[in-house]
Amino acid sequence: MITLLTDVIVLSLLIATALGMVVMRNVFSAAMLLGIFSLLSALFFVSLDAVDVAFTEAAIGAGMSLILMLTALGLTDTGLQQRSRLQWGPLVLVSLTGLALIYGTLDLPLLGDVTAPVHQHVVPRYLDSYHEVGLLNLVTAVLASYRGFDTLGETFVVFTAGIAVMGLLNPDRDTRALIRESDRPMYHHTILVVISRLFIPLILLFALYVQFHGDFGPGGGFQAGVIFATGLILYAMLYGTRHAERVINPTTRNVIMSGGVWLYAFTGVTAMILGGEFLNYSVFMQDAVQGQHYGVFLVELGVGMTVAMVMLSMFYAFSEYLLDHTQDIIQDKSLSASGFSRPASEEHQ
Amino acid sequence: MTALGHFNYFIFIILMMIGFYIVMSRSHLVLKLIGLSLFQTSIFIFYISLGKVSGGTAPVLIDTALTGTTQAYSAPLPHVLILTAIVVGVATTAVGLALVMRIHVAYGGVLEVDLLKQDLDDAT
Repeated sequence: MITLLTDVIVLSLLIATALGMVVMRNVFSAAMLLGIFSLLSALFFVSLDAVDVAFTEAAIGAGMSLILMLTALGLTDTGLQQRSRLQWGPLVLVSLTGLALIYGTLDLPLLGDVTAPVHQHVVPRYLDSYHEVGLLNLVTAVLASYRGFDTLGETFVVFTAGIAVMGLLNPDRDTRALIRESDRPMYHHTILVVISRLFIPLILLFALYVQFHGDFGPGGGFQAGVIFATGLILYAMLYGTRHAERVINPTTRNVIMSGGVWLYAFTGVTAMILGGEFLNYSVFMQDAVQGQHYGVFLVELGVGMTVAMVMLSMFYAFSEYLLDHTQDIIQDKSLSASGFSRPASEEHQ
Repeated sequence: MTALGHFNYFIFIILMMIGFYIVMSRSHLVLKLIGLSLFQTSIFIFYISLGKVSGGTAPVLIDTALTGTTQAYSAPLPHVLILTAIVVGVATTAVGLALVMRIHVAYGGVLEVDLLKQDLDDAT
């Protein structure tokens, strides 16, 4: 009964938030609603037993992607768009697609059905993986061991996306120096500074806990990487990129970023050198389960390093580009000073 | 949970379609990306709900000897797929936003109608 009630409440809230995004004429409000939508869906993931996914969605959807969207909105105008009247073409198309998909779902097994195809085939083996991999958190076991190839590919996708963003937005060396001079951090907001000083060490510590406890409880490299990055991003927003780069400078960032994927791939190759298959960690130790444990640890560490530094580099690339070009706009179109300080304060909410 | 049957799936599809509608009907490029993220998150919810077992718990092993019962676990496979998809999703969204920022600087705006008009003017 309780589950039914939470289910209905969260689903109605999700629908309401999504409809809010349609009627909202201000893009900024729509972005904030997307953050709320992500947080609600994280809540829903918990009720669907997917604690690891909920973790990731809360850290990324409500944290990371919102920061990036608001930074992008700081450059583009967020103001009122044209009257958002109903557009019949898209509406008809969407309704037809929706009806076809709903017709398709009628053949799906009922929610929570134990005999559903998803619970057959490999899943019983995954559920019994404790004897093979020795991890209490089965999601980590599947992620890093059984589907290690998959995760390696996805880590490379994240790495490539990081490089793409840096290639698209990174300024040259001279401009970057100018940008750093003009950076206006928020350390004069006393309340923000006091609270954040308390929280930043805790966030970083929590990230490390999520990283190294991922074998036994919800967590792992992906979540830990994002949480670690958000801690450093909070620091950068308060004290400015110049101060934050004293903690981790761009070269270190790039080394850790590529070091992560390198560590992952190298773990796989080491397994080959020791006589196993690529990413077969059982050969690392005399005891196969022990070997698996070491392999998963190294691989998760690699994922965490890459994800954290990719997210951090993306934030730096976005904010430097924003600072660079808002300066141009101020000089060219002589916008008011309030127009400049707006994006920085919005990012923080 | 079974009482809801297919009802949950209908809701997920409605959410997906709201995202799809935003992508098609809105002109602001950032809003299009927001719609795309909405669509994406709805698909994540759909996938995760497929792995749910009624009466099951999160796929983190508990000591069955201690409780004396055999516990049902939800399928970990969809969780793994979606966990990585979320991180890849934010990375690709970031690339999209980076492109939007470059477009804004190059064109002076991010409304699709204006961009198309400028392209047409340039062509003629």
